[in-house]
Amino acid sequence: MNAPGTAGFFLRLLRRQLVLALRRPIEIINPLLFFAIVMALFPLGLGPAPDTLAAFAPGVLWIIALLACLLTSESVFRGDFEDGSLEQLLLSPQPLYFSALTYSTAHWLTTGLLLALVSPVFALMLNLPASAIPALAASLFLGTGILSLIGCIGAALTVGLKRGGMLISLLVLPLYVPVLIFGSAAVRGAVEGIPVAPYLAILGAMLSLGIALAPLAVAAGLRISLDA
Amino acid sequence: MSFDAAGTPLLAAENLSLTRGGRDLFSGLSLQVARGQLWQVEGENGAGKTSLLRILAGLSRFGYEGAVTRAVNPLYLGHHSAVKALLSPRENIAWHPSGEADYAQADIDDALARVGLYGYESLPCHSLSAGQQRRVNLARLYLSNNPLWILDEPFTAIDHAGVAALQARFVEHVAEGGAVLVTSHQVLEVDCEVHRVVVGAGAAA
Amino acid sequence: MWSFFHKLGSPPWLYAISGSILRWLLPITLLALFVGAAWGLLFTAPDFRQGNSYRIIYIHVPTSVVSLAAYYIMAIAGAISLIWRMKMADVAMRATAPIGAALTFTALLTGGIWGEPTWGTWWVWDGRTTSMLVLLFLYLGVVALYEAYDNKEAASKACAVLSLVGTVNIPIIYKSVDWWYSLHQPASIKFTGESAIDSSMLYPLLLMICAFYALFTCCLLMNMRAEILQRESRTGWVRKLVASKGDS
Repeated sequence: MNAPGTAGFFLRLLRRQLVLALRRPIEIINPLLFFAIVMALFPLGLGPAPDTLAAFAPGVLWIIALLACLLTSESVFRGDFEDGSLEQLLLSPQPLYFSALTYSTAHWLTTGLLLALVSPVFALMLNLPASAIPALAASLFLGTGILSLIGCIGAALTVGLKRGGMLISLLVLPLYVPVLIFGSAAVRGAVEGIPVAPYLAILGAMLSLGIALAPLAVAAGLRISLDA
Repeated sequence: MSFDAAGTPLLAAENLSLTRGGRDLFSGLSLQVARGQLWQVEGENGAGKTSLLRILAGLSRFGYEGAVTRAVNPLYLGHHSAVKALLSPRENIAWHPSGEADYAQADIDDALARVGLYGYESLPCHSLSAGQQRRVNLARLYLSNNPLWILDEPFTAIDHAGVAALQARFVEHVAEGGAVLVTSHQVLEVDCEVHRVVVGAGAAA
Repeated sequence: MWSFFHKLGSPPWLYAISGSILRWLLPITLLALFVGAAWGLLFTAPDFRQGNSYRIIYIHVPTSVVSLAAYYIMAIAGAISLIWRMKMADVAMRATAPIGAALTFTALLTGGIWGEPTWGTWWVWDGRTTSMLVLLFLYLGVVALYEAYDNKEAASKACAVLSLVGTVNIPIIYKSVDWWYSLHQPASIKFTGESAIDSSMLYPLLLMICAFYALFTCCLLMNMRAEILQRESRTGWVRKLVASKGDS
């Protein structure tokens, strides 16, 4: 029996989360379908004029991605809370900070990353200029990481509650505001031909801050939820 | 597996008091669990056994009065089995969130065989019965080198032979210098001393 | 210092001392509110552009200022309750959230009422309004989270974590919203570059800001006293207090 290596433990935990997600693929596909369906609603609501759609596309795509992240983050800890896995995680000799980060990473890999990868298709359907597509994918790539971290805070604080669904939106959406502002600004900047690197740098800075601080809040939230 | 000499305290609780919904569950409760001891927590339903165990394990950290000191993080088995239905027993143990150690696959298969899951190692757990799922969790008792076990109703959904095997495992663990704290409505049939702590109405506080 | 801290953690002591503070703070607050309001509404000259409608700043500005400060007070109380496990800090945090939400709401409402005659619209998505709206959501989130928990002790801890997360985020939210507004600012409406306020208008405004801080303190203390009585309703000193009130 080897002494438990911290890095090894977190890789195993990440693998466990990913295998669990892959064995129920509908949970991975759902946010992508949500993205596609909501995207299809906008031309119906705004009218099919390509120019109108192109003007709204940066904000629309970012808001849908944000809602997709929000809806999936509610269930990050739900299953592990109900079957007692979280109790075991809390009693583990491993630092909870990294466990919380691992859960956020798994969530990002199964939602945010995939959304960033498929977003070019939807961007073309909303008539977003091709020149802005790299900026969209890059801003989603960084921004959804922050959304996953913040979403995990909300999930950790509400996991013990019977009906946390609406509550988590109220807790988390105000905190999403800066990500939405800079994410959609990056895409709009690319449309207008402004350099997007500063926006991405700000998103990267927020992501770094999130990685440093959010797991602390997640860990505290999990301890409180398990205690209640 | 062998631990330090018997008698070193692993878990100490001083003057624990807990009130729930305006009712005193227990007050002034003290106990000291040392290596080589088997403890049974007794009390009626709703007497606060699970609450006490969660406090002792470190899962409840506020809402009670008194102090708990632990030499190690315990191996805690609660009402929930922490078994993922989508994973096989082997994966459940290998990737267990308690992260106590890296187990070799041979050790895991051996432990699963000892709880009667030979041949079920790689089936998804949702195809197992409730008792078998509990057994997946109990396999940790044959793997872990954690000296302190806190077990909440470990015999739930386990058949007679399984209960006897578990009790034998408790005795073995205690003889090796570990400590076991267990709640159960059954009388433990073990040939070693059983320390008792009673919570609830019958408690002599 | 430590004994003071210990006393702060003791419900009967806090109940008694807050009672004696309120006895003189409450009259002073009411007097300051009355004087400030009368001074601002009756004894200052109308603004040369906005006429009399500008006078709503005597409510609007103080509520805006205090509502943001209240969030930080709530977060500090939350931090104290998490770090030192002081129950009275829980009570303070719990008592601040609804007051802060009410102040923020008042600030938004008076802003709308002020905006209608001045700019011809009830609502403008400018930087400050938007930030205040987000602040209101942050407050409501704390209140809703507290109400959602059955175990009120866990509720306080959860709200403390949430308010600390909010504290880290508020500067980021404010800065990003400011920046967002500067990016989208329409040329026709311009009111961010504020002209210097005349001192005859400034003094009653400062008085009103102080009065609102005092009002906030009074509301906070009264809220805390109610919460303390509720939490400690089973203890001897509250029973004694109720009995003595019943006799008189």
